[in-house]
Amino acid sequence: MCRIVAKKELAPTVKSLTIDAPLIAKKARPGQFIIIRIDEKGERIPLTIADLDVLQGTITTIFLEVGKTTKHLGSLNDGDVLADLAGPLGKPTEIKKYGKVICVGGGVGVAPLYLEAKALKDAGNKVISIIGARTKELLILEKEMRRISDELYITTDDGSRGHHGFVTDVLQGLITKQKIDMVLAIGPTVMMKAVAKMTKNYNIKTIVSLNPIMVDGTGMCGTCRVTVGGETKFTCVDGPEFDAHLVDFEELMNRQRTYLEEEKVALERWERCHH
Amino acid sequence: MGKVSSLKKQPMPEQEPEKRIRNFDEVALGYGAGQVVSEAKRCLQCAKPGCVQGCPVGIDIPAFVKCIAEENFDGAIEVIKKKNNLPAICGRVCPYEDQCEKFCVLGKKGEPVGIGRLERFVADDERKKGMRVPEKANASSKKVAIVGSGPAGLTVAADLAKLGHDVIIYEALHKPGGVLVYGIPEFRLPKEIVGAEIEYVKQLGVVIQTDVVIGKTITIDELRGEFDAIFIGTGAGLPHFMNIPGENLCGIYSSNEFLIRTNLMRAYKFPEYDTPIKVGKKVAVVGAGNVAMDSARVALRLGAKDVFIVYRRSEKEMPARAEEIAHAKEEGIMFKVLTNPIRMVGDENGWVKKLECVRMKLGESDKTGRRRPIPIKGSKFALDADTVVVAIGQKPNPLIAKTTKGLRITEQGTIWADKNGKTSMEGIFAGGDITTGTATVIEAMGAGKRAAMAIHEYISQ
Repeated sequence: MCRIVAKKELAPTVKSLTIDAPLIAKKARPGQFIIIRIDEKGERIPLTIADLDVLQGTITTIFLEVGKTTKHLGSLNDGDVLADLAGPLGKPTEIKKYGKVICVGGGVGVAPLYLEAKALKDAGNKVISIIGARTKELLILEKEMRRISDELYITTDDGSRGHHGFVTDVLQGLITKQKIDMVLAIGPTVMMKAVAKMTKNYNIKTIVSLNPIMVDGTGMCGTCRVTVGGETKFTCVDGPEFDAHLVDFEELMNRQRTYLEEEKVALERWERCHH
Repeated sequence: MGKVSSLKKQPMPEQEPEKRIRNFDEVALGYGAGQVVSEAKRCLQCAKPGCVQGCPVGIDIPAFVKCIAEENFDGAIEVIKKKNNLPAICGRVCPYEDQCEKFCVLGKKGEPVGIGRLERFVADDERKKGMRVPEKANASSKKVAIVGSGPAGLTVAADLAKLGHDVIIYEALHKPGGVLVYGIPEFRLPKEIVGAEIEYVKQLGVVIQTDVVIGKTITIDELRGEFDAIFIGTGAGLPHFMNIPGENLCGIYSSNEFLIRTNLMRAYKFPEYDTPIKVGKKVAVVGAGNVAMDSARVALRLGAKDVFIVYRRSEKEMPARAEEIAHAKEEGIMFKVLTNPIRMVGDENGWVKKLECVRMKLGESDKTGRRRPIPIKGSKFALDADTVVVAIGQKPNPLIAKTTKGLRITEQGTIWADKNGKTSMEGIFAGGDITTGTATVIEAMGAGKRAAMAIHEYISQ
């Protein structure tokens, strides 16, 4: 049982939960993730780690409410408990001095990106960040990202804030102007795919953090398998970060759609009971 | 006794196939009290009983069978529990035909005594009446950490707790039981029964911490600082895939995913439970072990119309228990033997729609003693399937091997250990599938018993 110690609403559909988890806070490194289960009948879902506090023994996760489980999670408050929380899972990001790096975050992908960008900055890299969202209300961690970035660019799909368009528009401009040593991109799969396509033309090492469907998160089920460089990898134990130029994004997006109908059924059922 | 024993076992009452394929309730219903006594009376009470040697945990089988024949069920379970902490589980999933019953004298002319069924009856009888917790030795002040709460870990934990040691089990998943809860389906091993036997282990004083992934949340090195000994029983939970083109199409599951969703996450009760599972009309299960039979029978219960086992050898070489193959057949599972998938073909949305296969013939025996399957040239054909379950075996979990420096690992990825479970590191023991590759519940329990004794000796020095 894990207690929620703080809840913040970053946008009407974006919530931040700080959870009591001293063992995980002590161990987690940027790039790793957790698995939670809300209650006895709940599913196991992976969530990213947006921040951690070793002294307080807490971790913070930020998520977008998209389906039954995330909406349910978003309805919980300080003092509520989760049935299960396991982690830290997956391999940490390889943090070292690359030189000049661009960190690209889309939507709630900015949350895990923040810890990684911070670690890259601490390792002596020049960090240029691009963060984007559909609209300005959904833009998160701007202040935090600005603090740890040498340059910060903002994009919104609807132009309500920053550049009117996609993160890749800004990325294109940046990589044509200067030599970039590494690009780290975390966000919706379609965004990561677009980033990968663009940087491949310029031959820039690019890392993405994948978000397939998972169940156990410890290497047992293979639900999260992806094809990377022609080989099957399990995102939960071999990843979640991979060389973007080797990932079969089409296959990943197909697999992410496996349970669309069931997700709709579960969400409708939950909303019927809670509204 | 005295009379000539019947040649046949008392038949096991079972749910009718037409009915049971529509529910997840237990298939075998268990003997009634009259039946169990009649069956026990078939035992000849041999002076040199072979059955005991066939039991990996060394239960005094003639003694408990005699108690049953005398209608002393409490006495019978007491005899069993001296050696076996999980009798209701073993009475259901042990491959008795290859163990105790294989050595029964009656088996020479007819059927052996139904030892497994007798064990099941007295375990269930005790559970219904309320389990008694045995006397424990005085507290030793020694602490032992057990990694993994499957059959091996539970056995080590129970035996060491009875000897007075402080025992904590760390389990990575949210429910204890390992393969007993995530792998074996409800209709073969009801989770309520697993829960009750785990409750018994807890009553012995064992503490179980779930959601702790050793190697990630806490490392073995950190545990070494806090405990007098460690037992690793993390099992063989990683799925093998065939590594053929198209295997990552939608609708293709590892048997682990298929069974974890169904058993651990209760996807058969979706949407009451959140975790979904998708099963189409035509389901192909690749492989022919117990896990393949379980997967096929689960698919049927989830509403599939046609379910077939696809196996590259012939029925004779199938690794599944004869009983499981028979149950699958009764339920209408079809068998496509000497058939090997070489490619999975998808539709325009990335969903599997057929398996491209080749026909096989059997050649010389290989090192497992089974005849090697050889592809027949020009025999390529396609099988329609909208769901595929790959059930071709599991491999050991590498998490601890990867995160523990100095632990000797074999070429197969298992943790090296001697017959008493001693690993290459002082104070660290291991047993079950993590040391042997995939085996059975009872073999893991046998390894657990030997390791418990070795650990007891080690920490009592």
